[in-house]
Amino acid sequence: MLEVHNLSISFGGLKAVEDVSLHLQQGAIASLIGPNGAGKSTLFALASGFLKPERGTVRFLGEDITGLPPHVICRRGMVRTFQIVQPFAAQTVHENVAVGAHLHHRSRRKALARAEAVARRVGLADQLNKLASSLTISGRKRLELARALAAEPRLLLLDEVLAGLNPQEIGEMIPVIRSIRDSGITVLMIEHVMQAVMSLSEYTWVLNHGSLIAEGTPAEVSNNAQVIEAYLGRGTAERLRRNSVHA
Amino acid sequence: MKDLIALIVFGIVVAALPLFVSSGFVLNIVIMTLYAALLGQAWNILGGFGGQFSFGHAVFFGTGAYAAAVLQVKFGWNAWAALPAAVALGAAVGAFIGALSFRYGLRGSYFALVTLAFAEVFRILSNTFDFTGAGVGLMIPLTESAGNFQFTSRTGFLYVILGFTLAACLVAWWLKHSRYGAWLQAVRDNEESAAALGVNVFRVKLGATMISGALMSAGGVFYVQYFHYIDPHIAYGPGVSIEALLAPIVGGIGTLFGPLLGAAALHLFGELTRSFMGDAPGISLMVYGLLLVLMVTFLPRGIMGLLSGSPPVRKGGSRA
Repeated sequence: MLEVHNLSISFGGLKAVEDVSLHLQQGAIASLIGPNGAGKSTLFALASGFLKPERGTVRFLGEDITGLPPHVICRRGMVRTFQIVQPFAAQTVHENVAVGAHLHHRSRRKALARAEAVARRVGLADQLNKLASSLTISGRKRLELARALAAEPRLLLLDEVLAGLNPQEIGEMIPVIRSIRDSGITVLMIEHVMQAVMSLSEYTWVLNHGSLIAEGTPAEVSNNAQVIEAYLGRGTAERLRRNSVHA
Repeated sequence: MKDLIALIVFGIVVAALPLFVSSGFVLNIVIMTLYAALLGQAWNILGGFGGQFSFGHAVFFGTGAYAAAVLQVKFGWNAWAALPAAVALGAAVGAFIGALSFRYGLRGSYFALVTLAFAEVFRILSNTFDFTGAGVGLMIPLTESAGNFQFTSRTGFLYVILGFTLAACLVAWWLKHSRYGAWLQAVRDNEESAAALGVNVFRVKLGATMISGALMSAGGVFYVQYFHYIDPHIAYGPGVSIEALLAPIVGGIGTLFGPLLGAAALHLFGELTRSFMGDAPGISLMVYGLLLVLMVTFLPRGIMGLLSGSPPVRKGGSRA
């Protein structure tokens, strides 16, 4: 479904994404993890057209979409959310979601009806007429998800939709994300909440300093020495290894 | 639907006015208020619904006014035939300025400055060329007849400007209830999010600039037909640009009735200051300036915000 090949971009001297290749199967639910600043969001921006890669290609549904503008990529069925939520603050929740629904529905009435259905699905039904600016962080994350869903994507790129939520809210969101995949939408998510990564994703790529350092099932990846080192630093990783040998 | 009915009722009430009022003075105030509402609504479509604040809307107004005057004086066109041509030219100027600024990603104060600069360039050009009558301006020949868009009574002008203003309001109503309008307001609130949801940001903004330019130049045509005269300062000077943005800011930007309310409030206010302070030159401008500062400080959503009673919206919300 999504094939990224040797993708690279640098900002000044910083190689934000370096030679990354990955292949996402249709119908999968997969995740992209890595420490802060590893280049995960940059990779999303490259795939969805918000940034143009210096090298490499992005193929989506078998077609080369490298360098196409974001609205064209969205119309082809790849919709992203933003890590820093970006609601249309002066508009209500209903109007916000309807913007997404308008991608496939010209009629205002249909778009509003569709928006209401999507809002119900992510648990925003009772906040439809609230201004987006008055929502809590959890509400805004749901709104971000609802808008993207309303655009009827085939591939959904979720950029940390669980960040900033409390454990109870995370518990509520996980089944919502699972149900999205079950409805036939392929999901690729950037996530720091390991509970979600472990329980949701079937496959995981790990980025560090712009490069892929590991991939596999979440269980495989979490036992990978390089991954542990990337997260905890070399010293701590070695201490852990020594302790486990002595034990 | 309620807002559309309110708009129709408003149209009927104003249309019935000449049956009860015969005073030319009063009718003139109504005409000038509707005219200000037209300019305000034109600005509101780009500034209020699209979030692109123009400080040089005179560039469209003047283009419409000069197109109507030049076509009549130099080419002998009928005024009614000149109207659609002038409106199309206004849209074309909008397309040109919009394409240029949005292609290079100009937003906020940069867009405002570019529009201001274009208005100034057009003012200097029209001041230079004989084609536009240079500094002397153009006087259209007086041949009063409805077929010539020069009415013998104010009632005729009232109906024409009412028609123009209602048309502009219908466009604003359509923006509130259509996909294009939803896209335009999405672009106003957050361009990145809009693009991520499949909105062609460039094209949406360009369309709004063209619609706004077309309506503004209709205002220019009306001005020429009502006053029979246009010169570079009237056409492209800052006065019209300010008049266009004042009504929506006072009335409530991005709302359907804001420009109407704002224009009415400003004209009432203007008449009051004139009758209290006399015609001392500049005094009304000072009062307008003061009013604008007070409005922006205390009522950022204008009279409409006061009426709806909800708290002011922080623009850009969580973007910080």
